[in-house]
Amino acid sequence: MLSMHLAALTGALPDGLDDALDLVGGFDDAVTHGLGRVGEPEAAAIEALAAALSAAPLGPSAAEAAAKVASGSASEEGLGVLAAGRAALLGAVHDALLDRFDTAVGRARAAWDEPAPVPASGANLLAGARSWLHEVAVTGWRGVSHDLVAAVDPTVEALLAEPSLRRVAMLMDGLAAELRASSPVATMARVPARRWGDLWSRAMLLTWQDGAPAGPGEQVSGRLLPLGVDVHEHPTGVQAQVHGVLESGGTRRLVRASVSAGKVDTIVGPAVWGVLDAFPVLLAALAGHRAVEIDGMTLLPGGDLLWSEEQAEAGEPADPFATARLQLDDATAPPVPPLERHPVRIAEPVLLEDYRIDGSDLVIDDHRLRVELGNLPGSGPLTPELVAASRACVGLVRWDAAGWSLRPLAVQATVKKKPVVAHGGDWALGPTDPKIVKAQARSGDAVTVLRERAGRLLRK
Amino acid sequence: MSNEDADDLAWERSAVVRVTPSAKARKLAKVPFVEMAGGRLQGVVSSGSDIARVYVSSIAAETHAFSCSTNNNRRCGGLGGSYMCKHLDALLKEAVLQYGAERVAAYLGVEAGPGGDVAGALDGTESADNPAATVFNRFLRHLAYLELPARPAPVPEMQWFPAGAVG
Ligand SMILES: [Zn+2]
Repeated sequence: MLSMHLAALTGALPDGLDDALDLVGGFDDAVTHGLGRVGEPEAAAIEALAAALSAAPLGPSAAEAAAKVASGSASEEGLGVLAAGRAALLGAVHDALLDRFDTAVGRARAAWDEPAPVPASGANLLAGARSWLHEVAVTGWRGVSHDLVAAVDPTVEALLAEPSLRRVAMLMDGLAAELRASSPVATMARVPARRWGDLWSRAMLLTWQDGAPAGPGEQVSGRLLPLGVDVHEHPTGVQAQVHGVLESGGTRRLVRASVSAGKVDTIVGPAVWGVLDAFPVLLAALAGHRAVEIDGMTLLPGGDLLWSEEQAEAGEPADPFATARLQLDDATAPPVPPLERHPVRIAEPVLLEDYRIDGSDLVIDDHRLRVELGNLPGSGPLTPELVAASRACVGLVRWDAAGWSLRPLAVQATVKKKPVVAHGGDWALGPTDPKIVKAQARSGDAVTVLRERAGRLLRK
Repeated sequence: MSNEDADDLAWERSAVVRVTPSAKARKLAKVPFVEMAGGRLQGVVSSGSDIARVYVSSIAAETHAFSCSTNNNRRCGGLGGSYMCKHLDALLKEAVLQYGAERVAAYLGVEAGPGGDVAGALDGTESADNPAATVFNRFLRHLAYLELPARPAPVPEMQWFPAGAVG
């Protein structure tokens, strides 16, 4: 990413964007208040959201759902329609933002040509989840109590036990954990209305669409060159999302490979890699900066490799910075599956060089990009100091209410006049920093301790 | 609008914000499980002498009423009226390590004393009812997360949960 790219990215956004986000904000405030007893402003906000969709296929049912909410009789189906309407607005925001990014940096992106996934049949488990989501929205975030949060426990437990429902299960689990820690929500100084609105509406949609992959995908073979890993975690789940370039049959494509596992809240920092030990080839590629030879693995239409260790083999050393310098500009980005269109999904790998760090901003000429220094994961060696001392960075361009930002995945820095290279996945096979090794030895191996307990208590 | 109000509004309008700080790593051998849930600080404490036995301990957030018993529902011999047993002491100590004194104190509705002492601020007595069965089930559920089969397909929803989420 050069100065001109940064300038084009961070320029003023189209007006329509703020309008759409305001409509979403109004809806979110209404859910904070509770849809069971809406007042004038809440009813107006929901009607405005429905009105914005009047030209869409969803329009008539959204208007009907809004009227029902206004009269104090929000149905599950109606809330599902409103969740879909909210998602459609954010989908449009996503499209505008991603188009801005692609245009600014000149990234080629393949077109989506798969059919949208078929809605799920609506199994009992999903009905249970939907019913709780309905109750929460009717109550409003402000009214959420210990009892209402506890009521979802059996549902989440049952969802987690069904592997095909893992998406909605991990999402509901993460939301429930935040609500549990925040209960009673009435005592919170401020409510994360957009965030919980996002989690609520995606969960609501997944109770109808169950989260099966969009389209069957294709079999690919070739060489995966990792660029870096983005780690996602809530108290009871972790996902390692590897971004890379797939060289296959003369083409170069940007792909992601995401693996996830259950964990508990006391498994944090470098220990999270321990629960992902079912993926030794992938973790070794991250820790060792190696390519992976791929043989007949499924690539989903949204650019996600359906990771299979059997179809992966450790390859030659491959420096992610070299991959970023030599391959990133020519790689084609995947289209985004229709149901995943949301600004939070934007995580575009880029290489930045010849910049300076000013506070929490990365600066090239007069153009600034905020660096996410506050959430560098404890699972890797990246620190704010290293980023501040860096002269090259592979990272993900993201967007949130505060605008565009960069999430560093790897840096090349100069510390005490010596070159230092740090990648977020360097500790995937265990920490390499003696200080961290010592700290881990002191606290013991959380994964081993708990797995041993689980073995004794759950399988006796 | 003041700067503070503007910050609050931006926070309320962000998809990725930190709602609760993540727990800290701690030694799990003695107290494998601590949580603040259902209006109680509760957890499981290993018996010092018998590897097969654990104590299930809890302190109610509102009344500070406490309980401690074995997983077979036998009342802990260390309890005495308004005195907490060593298991409850251990539970509190580990909770402070895991969540920080401030969060534990806030959950229990007290102010932490110097050095993060929470126990000294509690004035409960032994609870009339014993939630041991519920708490032990929560512990089993907690452990069951480690038995979930790992998944090789994307969970796009985890984008809302970046590691070390921003404040
Ligand atoms: Zn005891």
